[in-house]
Amino acid sequence: MIDRRLFTNFDWTLFSLILIISSLGVFNIFSAAASYGVVTTPYFVKQIYWILAGLSLVIMVCSFDYHILEDVAFWFYGVVLFLLVVVLFFGKTSMGATRWLNLGLFSLQPSEPVKIVIVMAYARFFSRYPLPRGLTLRDLFYPALLLGGPALLIMKQPDLGTAILIVLIACSMLIYVGLRWTTVVTVVLATLPSVYLAWHHVLRDYQRNRILNFLDPERDPLKSGYHLIQSKIAVGSGGVTGKGYLQGTQAQLHFLPEQHTDFAFSVFAEEWGFLGCMVVLFLYMFLILWGLQIASRCNDRFGSLMAVGVTAMLFWHVVINMGMVIGLFPVVGVPLPFFSYGGTSMVTSMVGVGILLNISMRRFMF
Amino acid sequence: MKGQRYIREVKEPRRRVLGMSIAVAVVFFVLLSRLWYLQIIESGNLRELSENNRLRFVPVAASRGAILDRNGKVLVSNSPSFSVAVIPQDVKDKDALLNTLARYLNLDLAELQDKWEKGKGRAKFYPIIIASGITREQMEYLEENRLRLPGLDIEMKPIREYGNGQLAAHLLGYLGEISEEDLGKESYQSYNPGDYVGKSGIERSWENYLHGADGGRQIEVDARGRYLRTISETSPTIGNSIVLTIDRDLQKRAEQAFGDKAGAAVAMDVNSGEILAFVSNPGFDPSLFTGHMSSKQWQTYLEDKRHPLENKALKGQYPPGSTFKIITALAGLKEGLIDDTTSVVCKGSYTVGRDTFKCWDKKGHGVVNLKKALKESCDVYFYKLGERLGVDRIAAYAREFGLGSPMGIGLENERGGLIPTSEWKEKKYGKKWYRGETLPVSIGQGYVLMTPIQLAAMIAGVATDGTIYRPHLVKRVVDPDGRVMKEFSPEVLKKVALPPGLFQQVKEGLLAVVNEPHGTGAMARLYEVKVAGKSGTSQVVKMRDSKGNVPYQYRDHALFVAFAPYDKPEIAVAVVVEHGEHGGSAAAPIVGSILRAYFEGKGVIKAPISRSADEKNATEAPTDAVLPEKNGSEPVPGN
Repeated sequence: MIDRRLFTNFDWTLFSLILIISSLGVFNIFSAAASYGVVTTPYFVKQIYWILAGLSLVIMVCSFDYHILEDVAFWFYGVVLFLLVVVLFFGKTSMGATRWLNLGLFSLQPSEPVKIVIVMAYARFFSRYPLPRGLTLRDLFYPALLLGGPALLIMKQPDLGTAILIVLIACSMLIYVGLRWTTVVTVVLATLPSVYLAWHHVLRDYQRNRILNFLDPERDPLKSGYHLIQSKIAVGSGGVTGKGYLQGTQAQLHFLPEQHTDFAFSVFAEEWGFLGCMVVLFLYMFLILWGLQIASRCNDRFGSLMAVGVTAMLFWHVVINMGMVIGLFPVVGVPLPFFSYGGTSMVTSMVGVGILLNISMRRFMF
Repeated sequence: MKGQRYIREVKEPRRRVLGMSIAVAVVFFVLLSRLWYLQIIESGNLRELSENNRLRFVPVAASRGAILDRNGKVLVSNSPSFSVAVIPQDVKDKDALLNTLARYLNLDLAELQDKWEKGKGRAKFYPIIIASGITREQMEYLEENRLRLPGLDIEMKPIREYGNGQLAAHLLGYLGEISEEDLGKESYQSYNPGDYVGKSGIERSWENYLHGADGGRQIEVDARGRYLRTISETSPTIGNSIVLTIDRDLQKRAEQAFGDKAGAAVAMDVNSGEILAFVSNPGFDPSLFTGHMSSKQWQTYLEDKRHPLENKALKGQYPPGSTFKIITALAGLKEGLIDDTTSVVCKGSYTVGRDTFKCWDKKGHGVVNLKKALKESCDVYFYKLGERLGVDRIAAYAREFGLGSPMGIGLENERGGLIPTSEWKEKKYGKKWYRGETLPVSIGQGYVLMTPIQLAAMIAGVATDGTIYRPHLVKRVVDPDGRVMKEFSPEVLKKVALPPGLFQQVKEGLLAVVNEPHGTGAMARLYEVKVAGKSGTSQVVKMRDSKGNVPYQYRDHALFVAFAPYDKPEIAVAVVVEHGEHGGSAAAPIVGSILRAYFEGKGVIKAPISRSADEKNATEAPTDAVLPEKNGSEPVPGN
């Protein structure tokens, strides 16, 4: 079963890209958390543990033929959907949101695997779906069901960031599969009233406030708007070359919120300036384009759909997080993959990359 | 199905991948342009903001809403309090600063250093509070010398002021730092650690209305931490005021009537359910909880065997004793087992099988009809009636009065009391109910438990011939602009379906209790107004014949419930005196005082001049004057 070609075809480019971004992340977390004072295990050390754990996951995910996933995709989907329902009733509530499920030995946040599982379910669905000339509205019925269940359950937790993410991931895959123009226009027209309804009935007050504050940061410069303003100051004050490693005043004086997690990039931008940001931006763009290339080179529909889905997941994380940090998007709690501190995000991203590597190294096996 | 894979049509998606790649490149170009804008074009401005000028966030705590009595008199309001803070990043010489402060404020240097160490881990621009509640002179002195003490900051925030001292302490409640547990709850979502919230009473149960919303200022300060300008400001929203149904003067008189006895009293408007006085005695000083309570003071409260921290009116559950005979009597009348002519002979005890149940009067009451049974509180009459009714029929009537479950007065942790049934016992103990157990129930002993609120509601229900309004404490909520946000109108909780004639027969008995010779409630009598009531003495433990010195905690509870005026009832009062021994002697006089105070307030009874003048001087003058202008120009509604 283990073919020597697998080693020769191993995608070292993608693998090194991940290592480079993760290492930059560790260095940055060291700086971002430097002002937190002495703690038993510093954040950057914990992040190294997470990276090592993530890499072993990558190897695990690479070790089997990804085609197996095609057969179990809906099972995985079902289990995760079930967990989402369970978490609504038995989940741990912290800071007003119920996201975690206590499984005795460890805690699980089912909204994370949803991102991967929705990709699998869509790939499995469309891999056997005949599509001559783009999807019609009727073709979207089952995909909408597949997406709607988890999306609503996650909204209910409430976790707006993740809900938006999985919708964006699903849309990206639909575009890849191909939509008719008439479908696009109809969906857009139908969405407008539901946005209105969601605004008034689904979104919580604090979520509405965040969006309003984004549109007008002066509206509440003290809370949600405060983060936005401080992050913009941090990024902008970095200038062309930055203030230097460990020298960012915004970060070191704690003006930034969650500066080792969601706002890690603004610490980096302050200390490394436009040149540093350009490098990171380039690395991420390279990663995304590489993922699309894997999709393009893959010879079966399931694999190529999976590759597009996983790439879309990484892409939207990057865009939403960076957009938030530089004041283009509202503050939603979305981390920057491989760069922000945190085990949950690291695990999901690494599993995604594992899938990409898997598809990439088996592209000649068909 | 396995192995059947679909080779994709190659051309289409390849073109789409190209399209998507271009889209990705465009998005990254947009991100890069934005970075260009921020880091190259705007860089100068933003760098200046981050370096030369320091932005600082100064929270401005919202002033809590006031709590007023039914006539708009202030029960709780706010007054400004000054605290001293240091801002680590501006401190030049930490030791010198702390030394100066310790010396000047007369505080322990080690304590200040401790606070400094604890606060150091946070952001360096974040003020560390090292002393609260300093005097105005101290504040002014520090303010004058601020330039010589870089890093010093003086903060003003409103604190709770209890102008009436301990008055209604349990009802009003106190504030404290928000607990970890509350922080996790949805209703406390907008709170931060360290915020002060209501911990008990009205302060807690009506927190959402009282709290208001904190504001703050984004300010720019110079290198020495001095204020330069305000960049933006969100003003705090003052909390809403709560207007209680309580009458402050009646509350005060009721508390005085207890003296140093422990217990609870509830006075209620029978025609609306509005609670006029809500007493749990002894009280405590709520301001001690907001400020710094010494461990000695805390210990005193904990060791007092009268349990001053316990809200007895809300959480106390007592066997109602003979006051419960009202329910048994009404049940007997409605079921047709007795009427006003039915007589029973009381020889001082009653024997069922092998058990002998004693009447409180060992000599016996002789021939007893309903009126005499109520008046002299003959136990044997009710033993016999209870035996024929059975526990479940008694329970059914008690439930008609809303007993056995919380009445929903609008405070957290209200208890429900207990009305036993045979089914309940089966469930709870897995044992059958036996007949002998019904007899104590018929005189309010055994398993029966009632709260002071329920006692008041029960007697109010008798006064109105069966209409029981939901007892409630809040009349309305008023926003800072004086607009009424919520108004609570009377709500019928229970309508007891009994002919008024039956109530009349019981009421006649209750009138006799207070006004006729041999009645047990003579001490609640008023000469100007006709009072009707019922005494109760409830056993704490079975220590019947141990005459002499019973230890405090084993003495019987004394109860008295009453309503007045007899012909056109307005007010119902229930009093429990813990370990007060006899309802007629310990609780009835308190009921009498409360009723007297109520009718004096209405002008029905002329107040003795000396007393009212005295009281006005001693307690009323200072409290109304202190509505601090700065924090809450609270409207005084309803007046």
